[in-house]
Amino acid sequence: MSTKFEQTRQYYWFAVPGVLTFATLVGGSFAYNIYLSFNEWQGIGKPVWVGLANYQELIHDRVFWISFLHAFEFILAMSIIPTALGLMVAALIYDFIAKHFGNAVSTFLRISLYVPQIIALPVVGILWAWMLSPNVGVINTVLRNIGLDKFALNWLGQSSTAMLALSVMMIWIQIGYTIVIFISGMSRLDPYLDEAAQLDGATWFERFRIVTIPQLYPEISVVLLTTTVAALKVFGPVYVMTNGGPGDATQVPAYFSYFHFFSTLKVGYGASVATVLAMILTVLAIGLLRFQRKMGVLR
Amino acid sequence: MSVKRKKGVAPYLVLVGLVFMALVWLFPMYIAFINSFKPEQEFVQNGVLALPQDWDFSKFSKFWGEVNFSKKLLNSAQVSLFVAFIGVVLSFLTAYAIGIGRVKGRIWILGFFMVAFTIPQEALIYPLYSVSKMLNLYDNIWSIIIIFGVMSTGFGTYLLSSVMSTFPDELLEAARVDGASPWRILRSIVLPLLRPTLFVLATMFFIFTWNEFLIPLVMLPSNDNQTVTLAMAVTTGQYTSDPTARAAAALIGFMPSVIFFLIFQRTLMRGITLGAVK
Repeated sequence: MSTKFEQTRQYYWFAVPGVLTFATLVGGSFAYNIYLSFNEWQGIGKPVWVGLANYQELIHDRVFWISFLHAFEFILAMSIIPTALGLMVAALIYDFIAKHFGNAVSTFLRISLYVPQIIALPVVGILWAWMLSPNVGVINTVLRNIGLDKFALNWLGQSSTAMLALSVMMIWIQIGYTIVIFISGMSRLDPYLDEAAQLDGATWFERFRIVTIPQLYPEISVVLLTTTVAALKVFGPVYVMTNGGPGDATQVPAYFSYFHFFSTLKVGYGASVATVLAMILTVLAIGLLRFQRKMGVLR
Repeated sequence: MSVKRKKGVAPYLVLVGLVFMALVWLFPMYIAFINSFKPEQEFVQNGVLALPQDWDFSKFSKFWGEVNFSKKLLNSAQVSLFVAFIGVVLSFLTAYAIGIGRVKGRIWILGFFMVAFTIPQEALIYPLYSVSKMLNLYDNIWSIIIIFGVMSTGFGTYLLSSVMSTFPDELLEAARVDGASPWRILRSIVLPLLRPTLFVLATMFFIFTWNEFLIPLVMLPSNDNQTVTLAMAVTTGQYTSDPTARAAAALIGFMPSVIFFLIFQRTLMRGITLGAVK
């Protein structure tokens, strides 16, 4: 017993550098951020303690609520739609393409759909802002060419369409990730169940819905968690494409806090927005992990 | 019977549909590519969809020169390489204590990393900014190397711990019976066997770091220190009225990532699926 304990004790040393640096840098910064959220500060001089004043201001700030509303809209565009579509496409690739046309075709499809994932978000933003430009942009050109002139809008320039344009771009970005995860998940499934259902006369879609999807719950929950976290953190595309505008039409929490940190210099206020965002993300992550454990997803 | 009959047509329909979808997905890259090399006159005359008649490389090289893109490439490469190295070393050591050493309280250590992993960069950025100013690390690429190197350990420890917890016990027991120290076991047994996984992780850290935006934006104000992603985001604003120059900017921005991806495609795909489900 004692030798075993001696042994594990020796192993603690290996965790010291990682835990210490991580706790200092991430834990320390986050603690400091929480402290700042109870202060009024312009970034120079001494912070002035104001208690909960920043949070009280938040509750009455219309823009704060709008920014979170948009974050939840991004959950739809970055998490829910890509998960649903990705499941469908992954199953089609796995069941039809790989079986009948070989691995080369399925690899080509996977790579093509995955490419948007690999590009930095601000660069994707530059690309799409260019494609969406109202007069010479390729999207409006195509719309005009196929006779949909009335849809050739100033997508990013008017508040009624800016969120929609960003959301379409997000779907384009996200779907590759969900497809790759789901295909790799399908390869671990037992083909016997699928064959049995086929012998019972189930159509492809029935097998997809009743046999494949339930077996993929582990992958689905991981994908939902990671993409939801990403949706709540959106910053780069908003920064390069809209600056949160027009008006506050594309304002998101990350950009909103950045704006107060570095433009209005209301550091304490920005810190309170960031703290609320962090709390929501943490609660969400813990909630999903517990849910997974309950469902028996995590071993 | 009906299943057999369907097999004739359905796969082809699926193939056509998915190939069409793939082409739609690749279209933005294609359209940026052809317009980067299209002379401005042709753009005005033939529009955005037409292929260039004369290939004009001047926009591309002009943008490259004005942004001093070679310097940004070097900066990004330096940052990403060091972060990958630091991140892998720190994650490996921590995961070794958790996955192989099975130290007491390992669940708590892992839980701490995972919770901290969800904290958004916005909730860290101002403290990082003011502390780096105090330490004279502001506007120095080493500040973001340290920050990302350490921050990577959240994901890295999680991933490597779950890989290491499946490590064959017999190997470790045999080494312990022979009197090997933890350090010796790490060097002679675990490290050699895990080298491919560490490479996968390093590749992922490299590309994650390459694509980082918020922290470089705040930490690296001067031109000479900018990374590729940052430089793209802050300089293209001045080209808004020149559509072909904007195409060239977008192309230059995504080219390094796409090339990197095509080279390391297999490695990256393995990492992505490894991270998702342990």
